[in-house]
Amino acid sequence: MPDPSEDGDVLVRAEGIVKHFPIKEGIFFKHQVGSVQAVDNVSFEVRRGETLGLVGETGCGKSTLARCIMRLFPLTAGRLTFDGADLSTLSRSQMRPYRRGMQMIFQDPYGSLNSRRRVGSIIGDPLAIHKLASGVERRKRVQGLMEVVGLNPEHYNRFPAEFSGGQRQRIGVARALALHPKLIVADEPVSALDVSIQAQIINLLEDLQGEFGLTYVFIAHDLAVVQHVSDRVAVMYLGKIVEVADVKDLYATPRHPYTNALLSASVVADPDQARTRDRIILSGDVPSPINPPSGCRFHTRCPKAQPICSTEEPLLKRGAQDPSGHLAACHFPVADGEKLASEKATILHTVEGFLAEAPT
Amino acid sequence: MTLLAVDNLTVSFPTADGTVQAVRGLSFSVDTGKTLGVVGESGSGKSVSALTMLGLNPGADISGSAVFNGQELLTMSQQDLRKIRGADIAMIFQDPLSSLHPHFRVGWQIAEAIRSHTHVSKQDARSQAVELLRLVNIPQPERRVDAYPHEMSGGMRQRVMIAMALALKPKLLIADEPTTALDATVQAQLMELLVQMQNELGMAMIIITHDLGVIASVADEVLVMYAGRAAERADARTTFFSPHHPYTRGLLGSVPSATGVVGTRLTPIIGSPPSLISVPTGCGFHPRCPFAMEMCIDEQPDLVPIPAGPSHTSACWLPPEMTGVGIAMDTARQRYASTHRGARSAKLPGVIAAVEGATVYA
Repeated sequence: MPDPSEDGDVLVRAEGIVKHFPIKEGIFFKHQVGSVQAVDNVSFEVRRGETLGLVGETGCGKSTLARCIMRLFPLTAGRLTFDGADLSTLSRSQMRPYRRGMQMIFQDPYGSLNSRRRVGSIIGDPLAIHKLASGVERRKRVQGLMEVVGLNPEHYNRFPAEFSGGQRQRIGVARALALHPKLIVADEPVSALDVSIQAQIINLLEDLQGEFGLTYVFIAHDLAVVQHVSDRVAVMYLGKIVEVADVKDLYATPRHPYTNALLSASVVADPDQARTRDRIILSGDVPSPINPPSGCRFHTRCPKAQPICSTEEPLLKRGAQDPSGHLAACHFPVADGEKLASEKATILHTVEGFLAEAPT
Repeated sequence: MTLLAVDNLTVSFPTADGTVQAVRGLSFSVDTGKTLGVVGESGSGKSVSALTMLGLNPGADISGSAVFNGQELLTMSQQDLRKIRGADIAMIFQDPLSSLHPHFRVGWQIAEAIRSHTHVSKQDARSQAVELLRLVNIPQPERRVDAYPHEMSGGMRQRVMIAMALALKPKLLIADEPTTALDATVQAQLMELLVQMQNELGMAMIIITHDLGVIASVADEVLVMYAGRAAERADARTTFFSPHHPYTRGLLGSVPSATGVVGTRLTPIIGSPPSLISVPTGCGFHPRCPFAMEMCIDEQPDLVPIPAGPSHTSACWLPPEMTGVGIAMDTARQRYASTHRGARSAKLPGVIAAVEGATVYA
């Protein structure tokens, strides 16, 4: 998908990113017997100031891809540029100056904070590591950050255990903000939180984006949340990006059959809509990334699969009627208004029932 | 017909820090063949009330009553309860990995449930287990019956749990966050399966969840819980389109595209759920409520009938006709509440935020 024009607008560019984890066997002489192909030849870009949503099921490689963007481990192959600099092959120490520009927010607000350290020192850590502030200055900046994320700065000396889940997630956000990063990768930042608290954190992240001009990569499995926060959305299946588009296009006219299934399966919090739309229910489970299907990786579950799908891998490309940013990797993209049907997927027409039954 | 009637259920746990009042006077009922959705945040008492009815909360102080099919559950002996549990009332838990025994094959575990309630031979129980696995759409059930839980995916394990729960054709199925740990596509498969099974067996269901989407897609009736009490009870459409309780209204405002237009800002409830050791006085929601009034601090409202829907009840001091979502109704609520405010209620965090128009709806 590389688009040579307007490179100044692109903050992160990934070209053919591959991340395989080796599987080793043997006690004394370890030898590799296979690999988990967690992320396989993925290309995309993140533009300055936007929120790129990343959705997909468990094990599709969302989090691995996020960690690839952060360069938290070496890439198996591919080229990653961040703010114009090529990070693909840098060592840990060479990476350090770039880390200031990219920070991460984690899913579990309990596991991601050291429970034996005070909140002030947790948030101040990035400042200490990068030798940006110390002593009174650091304390001042930490308290400023706490205020920005809606925490009481007087709680500087408390331990994480003294905070609720939502407040802990705010601590994680404050820590990510400490170095004024350009990019924040948020890996399921709200999925561990209660509904009312989720909304608080989403609003906070939106406010901070406006205030500091942040760019987000927002990973979530909740499609409604992704729709709400994202400018563009990329859909992953088994280590590949199968579709990427502006949020409106993706939700209105999904082209990849998998995106169609995913969107139709997600529950909407509206009883009329939830019970009147057709649902595409895919059979079976996601295949193993150790031995992914040949050709298009979705062909084993796809309601539209043809012989070519199992032999030839489809590339991300734009459909004839689609706007320029809407790419899908499918030999037979879903047309406007097309209904998917086959024995590989059950289509449920759930119009009957609820509305007729509802007492008025 | 009423299958389960819970009346004034109170559950508290003595702890070193004080008494945790997990459920504080909860009343509801479930009709045969219907689905009750119970929604609320963590710690609102959803799961505790279900576990208590099944006698799975030893050590708790319990009062009130829960009548199932004419029998009082709360005073029943463990032996009698054991006959009901798993047979007449079955339960599915959130985490299928920790609710299945890791050392036994899944077929054996299903057969055990059957054999502990009926007199059938091991072979018969096993073939029933195969049939049940087939019923819940597990491929190759003859082979899968001998699998261990760790050999299955999360969705498959939850299917096994559903198969086990349905083994004895229960009259009531309690599903406690049945799909929370699962992906959207798997969640859709399982919810569909549960609804199919319900239609086939004519059983009643209680679905406990914090996911309003699940509620919207399956529940006939909705019970909204807050701090161990029922905040509101109505049929599904009334709950989503004409809620009365500000907490229900707040929940709907917190979910993307539940009520508002996509792209508009979410309107969360400020603060976090209260500690159940020191529950706020009066209405438990008053510290977070944007419409709190002086009386809300002192007097606990009871569930009163709301004209917006059939058998719609809500525990809030706002006038019963003030139902609905949307800015116009929020403004009306705020106007009414402001005329009943005093020195104390004007200082509540929810009220301050609402009046400033900062983070809260209205």
